[in-house]
Amino acid sequence: METDRLIRTLAADGAPRGMSMSRVWSLTALAAAAIAAAVFFMSIGPRGDIADAAHTIRFLFKFVVTLALFATAFAALRGLAIPGVNPARAMAPLVLAPALLLIAVGLELLAIPPSQIESRWIGSNALICMTFIPMIGIGPLAAFLFALRNGAPTRPSLAGAVSGLVAGGLSATFYAAHCTDDSPLFVATFYPLAVAILVVAGAVAGRFVARW
Amino acid sequence: MDGREEAELTRLLRAAVEGDEAAYAKFLDKAAGLVRGFARRRITQGGIDPEDIVQETLLAIHLKRHTWRTDAPAAPWLYAIARFKLIDTFRKTGRRMEVTMDEDFDVAAPEGEEQASEREIDRALAVLAPGQRAVVSSVSVDGHSIGETATKLGMTEVAVRVALHRGLSAIARKFGRN
Repeated sequence: METDRLIRTLAADGAPRGMSMSRVWSLTALAAAAIAAAVFFMSIGPRGDIADAAHTIRFLFKFVVTLALFATAFAALRGLAIPGVNPARAMAPLVLAPALLLIAVGLELLAIPPSQIESRWIGSNALICMTFIPMIGIGPLAAFLFALRNGAPTRPSLAGAVSGLVAGGLSATFYAAHCTDDSPLFVATFYPLAVAILVVAGAVAGRFVARW
Repeated sequence: MDGREEAELTRLLRAAVEGDEAAYAKFLDKAAGLVRGFARRRITQGGIDPEDIVQETLLAIHLKRHTWRTDAPAAPWLYAIARFKLIDTFRKTGRRMEVTMDEDFDVAAPEGEEQASEREIDRALAVLAPGQRAVVSSVSVDGHSIGETATKLGMTEVAVRVALHRGLSAIARKFGRN
């Protein structure tokens, strides 16, 4: 088939256009949040003293970090799905959540006596954290990877990895309502390790799922 | 490409996504020329026909045109797709060549020449489901309109449009994979 024939054929197929990207992303985010909520409430659920915890700054700050991760990674993912958008520029906002967390770690180290550092750092939920953040996040990860197929990521592995960050941010937001280890020392250690599992899974899956 | 041409390209694509079929054909024609130049400059080894890259890129542009933001210039979007398809082809061809080399040194060269004589798009078209193939061939090879194709194949126009769109998506998926 010669190229001018192909062009005529493509022009004849002009009418049907898929759902707009922003609609797909909104629906996907809603579906992902519903999946995460379902898994969370059917498995570990919120901690018993959540009403009291909600008055403490360390507990609340966990949500600032996890929601910052979710929002910035979601924005980056939407950029990575569009050809011609500079990946480095799309991913620049991702520094926000780690920066917030580092500042909180610094303040925590100033606020607590050295004798307490180790117990707050290691906490008592490390294994639960590293199990349930990936578990709550795996469904949302699949949803974001699937939505990526509607886009056109020119770096499929990278876009898959960032899908893992989005799913991780969402999942960690739910998990944070369960966990009683509120110190930024704990959050800065075990949350990233747990999210990294989703990032690696997303990068590997992205190579296959997000091809086009 | 100067600023005026770039603005014209963007204008045509914007008209195309608003449903102007003639503007869309003109846009694709200009895009084909740009991608052809791009591919010819970058393909230095044998075994890859630049025209295959042009056609695969046009298909990708067509199926992914909802990813273009109407407030952005068209050229960077277009070249990013062309670059992605070119790199993807280098990767696939490289892998195919490795396999051929490992198995038998002698057949590698002549097989490469045979491949070059047939367009990738025709090979993808040949393995479509019969219904889709009849519709796509009628429009592309025979040059019939949607209405003429519907009459000839005894289908409704809606069914022809659906089969054409699915056929083109299937061709894009099969491109260079067989």
